[in-house]
Amino acid sequence: MATPKPRVKVPKTASAGEVIVLKTLISHDMESGQRKDKEGKVIPRQIINKFSCEFNGQPVFSCDLDPAISANPYFEFTAKVTESGTFKFTWVDDNGSTYSDEQKIDVK
Amino acid sequence: MKKISLAIAIAATAVSGLAFHASAEPVDEQLFIDGQEMISRAPAPEGHPFDEVLSGWLFREAETRAAEADSFANPGMLDVERGEEIWATVEGSAGKSCASCHNDAAETMKGVGARFPKWDADAKRPIDIELQIDKCRVDNMGAEAYKFDADEQKALTAYIKHQSLGMPVKLDLSEGEMQSWWDKGKDVYYTRTGQLNLSCASCHEASMGKYIRADHLSQGQVNGFPTYRFNTGGLVSIQNRFRGCIRDTRAEMPKAFSDELLALEVYVTWRGTGLSVETPAVRQ
Amino acid sequence: MQKITMKLNRRQALTLSAGAAFAVVAGIRTVPAYASAEDTEKRIMEFTGGKTPESGKLTLTAPEIAENGNTVPISVNVESAMTGDDMVESVIILAEGNPNPEVATFNFTAMSGSAAATTRMRLAKTQNVIAVAKMADGSVFMDKKEVKVTIGGCGG
Repeated sequence: MATPKPRVKVPKTASAGEVIVLKTLISHDMESGQRKDKEGKVIPRQIINKFSCEFNGQPVFSCDLDPAISANPYFEFTAKVTESGTFKFTWVDDNGSTYSDEQKIDVK
Repeated sequence: MKKISLAIAIAATAVSGLAFHASAEPVDEQLFIDGQEMISRAPAPEGHPFDEVLSGWLFREAETRAAEADSFANPGMLDVERGEEIWATVEGSAGKSCASCHNDAAETMKGVGARFPKWDADAKRPIDIELQIDKCRVDNMGAEAYKFDADEQKALTAYIKHQSLGMPVKLDLSEGEMQSWWDKGKDVYYTRTGQLNLSCASCHEASMGKYIRADHLSQGQVNGFPTYRFNTGGLVSIQNRFRGCIRDTRAEMPKAFSDELLALEVYVTWRGTGLSVETPAVRQ
Repeated sequence: MQKITMKLNRRQALTLSAGAAFAVVAGIRTVPAYASAEDTEKRIMEFTGGKTPESGKLTLTAPEIAENGNTVPISVNVESAMTGDDMVESVIILAEGNPNPEVATFNFTAMSGSAAATTRMRLAKTQNVIAVAKMADGSVFMDKKEVKVTIGGCGG
């Protein structure tokens, strides 16, 4: 599997106090641990087990993922913004790796 | 056990004539991708068995349709982005990337996805985008041809085809011997194969709009390939889809890019004349 | 499996059951183990701390028929002001008929602005999908939807 690649969608601007919609997607097989290879051996589980979103260092939303989440995990959720700043998105892999992305928003 | 029972079930349903269930119409909706209107219904070209050619999008459930209409929700776009990276990556002994010769794909590749396969005068056979990429890699970059269905091959093909998003499919059959390859492809399309004795036309022409078990049969158009499939969680190439369909008739699969399947690609692409390129489409 | 046997004639059905008997004798496990309604109930009680969830406030949206069980979009939405005591802490998603009932747990904060989230999940077969919301004041709410997972044409 190629290195997981995140994509995030954050509006460029918003008005103070607005509740905005955020979307995220990351390329990942989400190997469930339920499948077997050609020799009949169980393919070990390897999933993204945690996703979180922060705004200016404060937690906005997070999710604990189980193997029942589809390949290329997709999330859509909301955030209430009161000031300009930076969203930080982090995905944690079973193998210990973390992947992250950042996006700025201008709040008027 | 599961495999065997499934095979029996398929054979049994085919034999008893229960394979194709009640008819249901494709949806009466218009596909917009990020607001850009797609041609998902087009008048069929002369000599076509249907009056109207229909995008496979019209045959899918609402959730699948919605995933294609929003390029962000479409996981196939992850591969398109990967393709964009490959486009600019130097490989091979000549020290070149695709971009070294073709610069900005948004300009130079626009329309390519709508008019391939085209005639390759050097090889004296049609060439599709996957083969054209290989030709460039071997002849101009000094790199190796991709293995069939390598992730890079699918991603780069999807990236190149995506540059023609929305443009109507139109092949030039007057080039070289394209017409005779079209004829050959038509033969393949109508030839029944496998233990189930099905041709492409059995499902996608005679039974279009009906259900095969729970699957709503489309016209089998290829204007959205490589297509992202929820089933596999990745892109599926045209040649892979052809091989899969043939396998499902319980026949021997021809090799990818064999004369048989390349001719079929020419003919099936023509059957979608006028439909917008939707690459990467989203299917179940 | 039920759908399949329906379409078999008697002789084929007999062949199949003979095969199944063989599988049992030889100790071959052909069907993966699935979670049950009881496992799911247990998981709900762990999440709520033994409280029985009420209906209302929480809406789980899922397709009635999923074209492919590998990718089923689901959304949750909880009515809440998302301030003070009127706060949603978390929502757990469970599936009764998967190998394990757990799917995901969404954790919200005041900065979430609303307790609404969407993701895509795997469903091994037709089954109930359940969402349970835990509020800051300790109350718990539940919603449940049955999703029918269809069997594809030839490839499955």
